[in-house]
Amino acid sequence: MASPTTTADAAIPQQKGADDNYLTHDKGFASWAFTLDHKRIGVMYLASVLAAFALGGFFALAVRTELWSPGKTIMEHDTYNQMFTLHGAIMVFLVIIPGIPAALGNIILPLHLGAKDVAFPKLNLASYYLWIIGCVCMLSSLAINAVDTGWTFYAPYSTTTQTAVVPAAFGAFILGFSSIFTGLNFIVTIHKLRPPGMTFFRMPLFVWALYSTALIQVLATPVIGITLLMMMVERVFGLGIFDPSLGGDPVLFQHFFWFYSHPAVYIMIVPAFGVVSEIIPVFSRKRLFGYQFIAISSLAIAFLGFLVWGHHMFTSGQSVLAGTIFSAITFLIAIPTAIKIFNWVSTMYKGRIHLDTPMLYALAFLWVFTIGGLTGVFLAVMGVDVHLHDTYFVVAHFHYVMMGGAITAFLGGLHYWFPKAFGKMYNEKTGRIGAIIVFIGLNLTFFPQFILGSRGMPRRYYNYLPEFQGLHQLSTIGAFTLGMGFLLTAVSLGRALKNGKKAPNNPWGGVTLEWTTVSPPPYYNFHTPPPVTAGPYDGYEDLVYDEKIGGYVGKKA
Amino acid sequence: MSESKDQGPASDPEGSVKTVETTATEAEASELELSGKPKPDEPKKDDHGHSHEHGAHADGHGHGLAHTMPLPLLFGVLGALLALTIATVAVTSIDLGAQGNLIVAMIIATVKAALVCVFFMHLLWDKKFNAVLFLTSVLLLILFLSLTTNDRGEYQHLVDEYRAQQLQQK
Amino acid sequence: MSEPSTATHAAKEASAPPPGAHDHGHDGHGHEAHDPIHAANPHLAHHFDTPQQQFDAGKLGIWLFLLTEVLFFAGLFCAYTVYRSMHPEVFVYAHYFLDTKLGALNTCVLLISSLTAAWAVRNAQLAEKKMLMINIVITIACAFTFMSVKYVEYAHKYHDGLLPGKNFQPKEQIWELKSFRDKHPEAAEYAERLAKLDEKKAEAPAAAGATPEGTEGKVAEQLERPTEEELEPLLAAGLVGPRSLDPSAHISRPRMAHVFFGIYFFMTGLHGFHVLIGIGIWVWMLLKASKGHFGPNYFGPIDFTALYWHLVDLIWIYLFPLLYLIH
Repeated sequence: MASPTTTADAAIPQQKGADDNYLTHDKGFASWAFTLDHKRIGVMYLASVLAAFALGGFFALAVRTELWSPGKTIMEHDTYNQMFTLHGAIMVFLVIIPGIPAALGNIILPLHLGAKDVAFPKLNLASYYLWIIGCVCMLSSLAINAVDTGWTFYAPYSTTTQTAVVPAAFGAFILGFSSIFTGLNFIVTIHKLRPPGMTFFRMPLFVWALYSTALIQVLATPVIGITLLMMMVERVFGLGIFDPSLGGDPVLFQHFFWFYSHPAVYIMIVPAFGVVSEIIPVFSRKRLFGYQFIAISSLAIAFLGFLVWGHHMFTSGQSVLAGTIFSAITFLIAIPTAIKIFNWVSTMYKGRIHLDTPMLYALAFLWVFTIGGLTGVFLAVMGVDVHLHDTYFVVAHFHYVMMGGAITAFLGGLHYWFPKAFGKMYNEKTGRIGAIIVFIGLNLTFFPQFILGSRGMPRRYYNYLPEFQGLHQLSTIGAFTLGMGFLLTAVSLGRALKNGKKAPNNPWGGVTLEWTTVSPPPYYNFHTPPPVTAGPYDGYEDLVYDEKIGGYVGKKA
Repeated sequence: MSESKDQGPASDPEGSVKTVETTATEAEASELELSGKPKPDEPKKDDHGHSHEHGAHADGHGHGLAHTMPLPLLFGVLGALLALTIATVAVTSIDLGAQGNLIVAMIIATVKAALVCVFFMHLLWDKKFNAVLFLTSVLLLILFLSLTTNDRGEYQHLVDEYRAQQLQQK
Repeated sequence: MSEPSTATHAAKEASAPPPGAHDHGHDGHGHEAHDPIHAANPHLAHHFDTPQQQFDAGKLGIWLFLLTEVLFFAGLFCAYTVYRSMHPEVFVYAHYFLDTKLGALNTCVLLISSLTAAWAVRNAQLAEKKMLMINIVITIACAFTFMSVKYVEYAHKYHDGLLPGKNFQPKEQIWELKSFRDKHPEAAEYAERLAKLDEKKAEAPAAAGATPEGTEGKVAEQLERPTEEELEPLLAAGLVGPRSLDPSAHISRPRMAHVFFGIYFFMTGLHGFHVLIGIGIWVWMLLKASKGHFGPNYFGPIDFTALYWHLVDLIWIYLFPLLYLIH
């Protein structure tokens, strides 16, 4: 039995006073800058990713403000192109792709495995610094003459435009390496550093999710690397691979680009699935339904994700044959995804639901991701996509899955593991209010966009017909609401960091291994990994809530 | 304090975590034995310490963390590789049609690649999983190449028609 | 359910700090002194339990990295495949400019360096320090040879104006190249005559002021119908064409010739970049070897560097026939 029934005994000293933990272990800038501790690296990633999220969000608000009215509202059309490009590039490459794996995964994965660290701690630190370098490169594009190609960098515009494409593309190239090394590290960690007794089918689902994601990261990211490299070289040397005026083929660029970028969206969402799989059983006080199915479905999604890139190219000039193949395989991806949703809902059935902040985010995820995912299936139908491609329908779809899916799960995971990582409890009331405002905001922002798109409003357009204005304004109000929700959440968590109540070992009553160690964990995580003899979601019935410490402890035998 | 980590073979499909006895007597044992159960690096789906017949002991080097390549084998493989290189250059003087020459060249290159992978890169004696990983990447490469080239072939006629139109207009 | 006492004990171990825990900077536990395996193996990292685990982890790690390298080059191989299948004449045209002998030499050099790399792994496993260092030095020497030959080739190309992309301005016509003349002497002569004809056609209308059709008609009469040997190599190399027009009308290099050289320089350049990085890593390994770090319980770095090196060799094994041995 995993140790919560035993470690949460009164015999174990709960946190009191200045106990040594990974945050207090070493002091000074150098101890953070040269740390090899996965938890510290995760915390640095967390801070960086959240800062990038704020920046990307700023550009989003700029875009939505400009779209308040047709024609010029606050900026010229060229600037508008730069705004949505930066929003997309920053959010995709700096926030969502590293997001859950690097920020939450780095802290939690070794804890889930009862390990002392990831397999290659120095590589882990290198991944972080590569992120920083990639970030600097991208921001330098901003400083020079911000790129305006759209985050997709389509040729021939990207090979001929006068804006600073090379720094931005090079930044994305470096970020690709950061992603690859994180994925590599996680795969080796999961294969080689599991504790005795933890077979693959006793690993927590967050680990399964990170494993599937890591496989995609390692296999797909090199292709975007070479694509961006080829695009940069073509820009500088005029190679003639993508630019038709030089004898090139722009559709080839799209094939290359989407061969990575489709699996990339699974890099974004599969870890989110993992987080939700962790939260729902704990807050339903019930064993997860269909563990093996959820585990295998993560791998299935990773595998199928490589076979469907052409569904981004139905109107590009791609042949109808290829389009048909890609369309058909895309429908298949709905199956493993739906299996997960059904299993989560079945987990909640006859459970004792606790509507704490992480659970609110997980529930929001279920609702919002279902909408986003289903609209993806609509877009997979070639005949429908011909009308909806490059309209706001697509924008709404991917924001529902990315914002409503990945970011919601990220926030849920952040609140779930906040007490463990920082040893402080956040204010539950402000946490819940933040979650609700975020939920309202994101629906208000993006649901009107489905309607806009199906009525013909194209994406990335600066100007639009007056009949669309009402819906655009609704969307803009939603965007600012969303921003306020994030702000409230940030303030809530910031205050918790400073003055939060001390967190017990196991505030939520989880049974995975991270809840068996103190909050925050000591530098070395566990002195000896607890033996694992049961599945990762067994044993909720053996924990009771102890009012005195505000957390769960094992039942007295 | 002696600690034995309970570990059943069935629960450890990758055979990655080794049982370790950290008693005081072990401290005096030789460096080799301290590495746990020394055995040739090989795929294990069953119990550990059971040497399979992958030629691991053929050269008598069963200790250490991995199998050691015998020198005659190394030189033999190099000889084969050099011979194949000469062959592949020689074949270009024989005309087999544009496609034929390319296919023959690719076959010879693949045989050379296989020799390098299996022998020089040790895949013959390694855990099967490494070979599986490598083959996966190759398969993905083939998938990518074939679908893209096929698609380009499918819409090439549109490019040709457009070009012909342009030339006519001139 | 596990026994409370042992479990409590184990659990206490899991969360309570052991004696002397927070004294060191980065090794953290301070209980290496109690751990004979770590004490006996100075190169065993603290988060691994045994050298075997560390080695296996490193091996899996390097194979994953090699995976990414394969997919990295995949993009270039894809571009090559697409262009070769759509424009085979460009590839036939371009290969006359490449020196097969130098390419074959480079192949052999890399194969030998692969041998010495694999041998070096064996040396490290058996703690044969001297042979290890010799093999590493030979590997590095081969790598330098490879890069020098590459430099010679690139210098030739630069000299002949065969640069990638928009800078592609070949100084010599293909039928003036020795490799073309040796293989297809009749075609070379025919090509020369066609080229002279083109010059006359270009001058004639301006000089005589006659209509282009009339001049062409007169000029066309001067040239006989070409034979198979004369025409076929020129068609294959895309020098005459486009496909539907009269083959004797016009001679010039194929429209997309610069794309081949773009791909050529990119692929060989990226490969060469990987060779350079390999040299750097081998030098680092040489330094470590000279300090006697490697033995039966710790030879991972040599093994993994050799694996990287074999991949560099593998890529060249495919590049060579694809770029140099086009028929």
